[in-house]
Amino acid sequence: MSSVNDTEEERLERQTAEGAQELRTQHELVVTGTVWPEHEGEGETMIINMGPQHPSTHGVLRIMMELDGETVVRAKPVIGYLHTGMEKTGEQLTYVQGATNVTRMDYASPLTNELVFAMAVERLLDVEVPERAVWARMLLVELGRMASHLLFQATNGMDVGAVSMMLYGWREREEVLRLLEMITGLRMNHNFIRPGGIAADLPDGWEERVLEVCDIVAAGVNDYDELLTQNPIWLDRMVGVGTITTEEALALGTTGPILRSTGMPWDLRKAQPYLAYDQVDFDVIYTDNGDCYDRYRIRLYEIAESIKIVKQCVDRMPKGDYRVQDKKITPPPRSRIDESMEALIHHFKLFTEGFRVPAGETYACAESPRGEIGCYLVSDGTGKPVRVHVRGPSFYNLQSMDPMIKDRLVADAIAIISSVDPIMGEVDR
Amino acid sequence: MADDAAPPDEQPREEVHKAVPSDEVAAAVCERFPGTVFHDSHGQPVVYVERAQWGELATFLRDEQEFESCLDVCAVDHLTDVERMTVPGVQHERFEVVAAYISYARNRRLRAIAQVPARDTKIPSVSPVFPGANFGERETYDLFGIQFEGHPDLTRILMPDDWQGYPLRKDDAPARVPVTFKGDPRPS
Amino acid sequence: MGLDQVPNNFLTARLEDVVRWARRNSVFPATFGLACCALEMMAAGAAHYDLARYGMEVFRASPRQADLMIVAGRVSQKMGPVLRQVYDQMVEPKWVISMGVCASTGGMFNNYAIIQGVDQIVPVDVYVPGCPPGPETLMHGIFTLHDQIRTGELLKRRDASTSGGAGIEVDQRDGVPVETDIRIPTHAGR
Repeated sequence: MSSVNDTEEERLERQTAEGAQELRTQHELVVTGTVWPEHEGEGETMIINMGPQHPSTHGVLRIMMELDGETVVRAKPVIGYLHTGMEKTGEQLTYVQGATNVTRMDYASPLTNELVFAMAVERLLDVEVPERAVWARMLLVELGRMASHLLFQATNGMDVGAVSMMLYGWREREEVLRLLEMITGLRMNHNFIRPGGIAADLPDGWEERVLEVCDIVAAGVNDYDELLTQNPIWLDRMVGVGTITTEEALALGTTGPILRSTGMPWDLRKAQPYLAYDQVDFDVIYTDNGDCYDRYRIRLYEIAESIKIVKQCVDRMPKGDYRVQDKKITPPPRSRIDESMEALIHHFKLFTEGFRVPAGETYACAESPRGEIGCYLVSDGTGKPVRVHVRGPSFYNLQSMDPMIKDRLVADAIAIISSVDPIMGEVDR
Repeated sequence: MADDAAPPDEQPREEVHKAVPSDEVAAAVCERFPGTVFHDSHGQPVVYVERAQWGELATFLRDEQEFESCLDVCAVDHLTDVERMTVPGVQHERFEVVAAYISYARNRRLRAIAQVPARDTKIPSVSPVFPGANFGERETYDLFGIQFEGHPDLTRILMPDDWQGYPLRKDDAPARVPVTFKGDPRPS
Repeated sequence: MGLDQVPNNFLTARLEDVVRWARRNSVFPATFGLACCALEMMAAGAAHYDLARYGMEVFRASPRQADLMIVAGRVSQKMGPVLRQVYDQMVEPKWVISMGVCASTGGMFNNYAIIQGVDQIVPVDVYVPGCPPGPETLMHGIFTLHDQIRTGELLKRRDASTSGGAGIEVDQRDGVPVETDIRIPTHAGR
């Protein structure tokens, strides 16, 4: 049992040094024509280090695996290679600037991070966001979910061996990113969902463009389905690999597609709705077996559900303000700054000092493509938060890797890590 | 600002008006663990429990209240708060450890907060009860220096193993380092 | 002119030029995607902003087989030694592109956790700004590097400078209509 009073030697004994491989025991090789000596049994394991720089494109994750031949006895993820101190930086930024920081945590679906931060700030401020902003946020978050799941299809395909999937997935993701660039101005890390609403109104012609992109992505999803879902190699590599039971998943605090793959139909958008999810029609995708194949299918069909939601947003987008019309929170439109002294002062104050949030603490959560993302925000009445803590789903989902990888082959470990779909930005923050 | 230095017997003993729990789980917790204070934080139920009962609370929630998961464990350092939100009946300290629990069966959440004084940063771990809190507690130890007793592997998780100090404490690492320019004759 | 119009069966050139031509047209990047910039680097390698037309689509997993290290993302304190180790394993001639503001200067994260610029650890040849730089900007940086390799500037400068790298900064080119030879193919004709 480790404790903080361990000596350096004891701690180093438990952890292998950076990049070193440790062979526990040597066994003798008999070089004759006869049968090789029987495997000795216990105690002949090898610790192998995978990462933090490795071809599997899941960021800087380091896994130390103890191998008995080709079978993995234990796997330990070592993280921290992307620790950015974002929670410390968050304490130095005003609430207007906070979204720029938070958005870089889960960089595959940045809008979800901004959403939970904005929701937490708005709850502490006790403001209600106008209808149009709510629906626009929902539209953007679902587009972000599509982009993230397309990224998963691309990287998962490449890791398991279907290298063409990398190009197909990115082909569709590019369309979504270009649409997001048209709406928010940036392809990634948009800083668009801000406390009070969204940064700017939806541009002209967005409806046609969104529907076009939906058609392109839907065609892509059909292609992947035909290419992979009944593919014998795909089935061999993914079915029955990396199974986890519901009890294990719940005990380990796992959420998202991993939990849904074990037979539990829990999706925050249905169970504890936020934004306008209770007013749109979509299904929660869940399966029973808890293996990699199930998680692949869940994420694939969730793209189709997102397309459904996006189309409903296009049909039912309300008119109105895109930001709450509270002068203390929302900066004035740029044209008014030339006309009104008050507008100029408000603009100045908001962008230098920021607005003040009454003292309090709250936890706002949403369903990100990886699971439940939450923002625990503590304020002290000034313009900067005391604590911005983001509950990154991948951070807790990584704990579920151990029951999945145990007693499986090394080759499966890659498929399993890929199906957990960790994004190291939100793991390490 | 939390005042750790004033000896308790100099503060007047007064009857504090504790809030009546509006949430049934919080009510059960308050009944089971006397000394717990309920607080309604913008519509979310929060219970402020005694530090010593932190582990038993986890067992109680898992076994008797159907809370299957601990979603998150983190800490807050209130050293430099300008205006701290105070809850009547709670003895506020410098650090707070916050745990978020969820019951999928009953579709409810509960947030539990324990006060941890600066001079004695120990608190029982909930990892034996909820293995999912393992990483969260390691991160809180790494960044705040709060020791979780009973944790199976309390080592640094985000910072390098030989890092000295606890970065997220308000008096520790700087949140802004001076910007260095190339060719600067006097880098500050 | 096409090869069939060449009157003789041989071409003469200086050996240096041929070597530089070969080096420039087959730069193999090492996989060093760290954070958000990695996604834009992969986008640059994907079908839309195809890097394969410049001979660069093969991202070598082993640093021994790579020429170029594109440091894509923020480098934390724990990652610094790893970065240096990977750089040391690469064989000369090798180049480093620091992609994004986090790799170039520490970006928006000037705190305890991020190394304020990878040029504190490895010599950088091209700095590509952006957060994240779009594939167009990254490619602008790569072409700048290719130009420098073609003229031989880069290898000369490496010897002369103290830090080792060329330290060229490029402008951001995302969304700017450019009259260069970057052809961005459009999807389904749009």
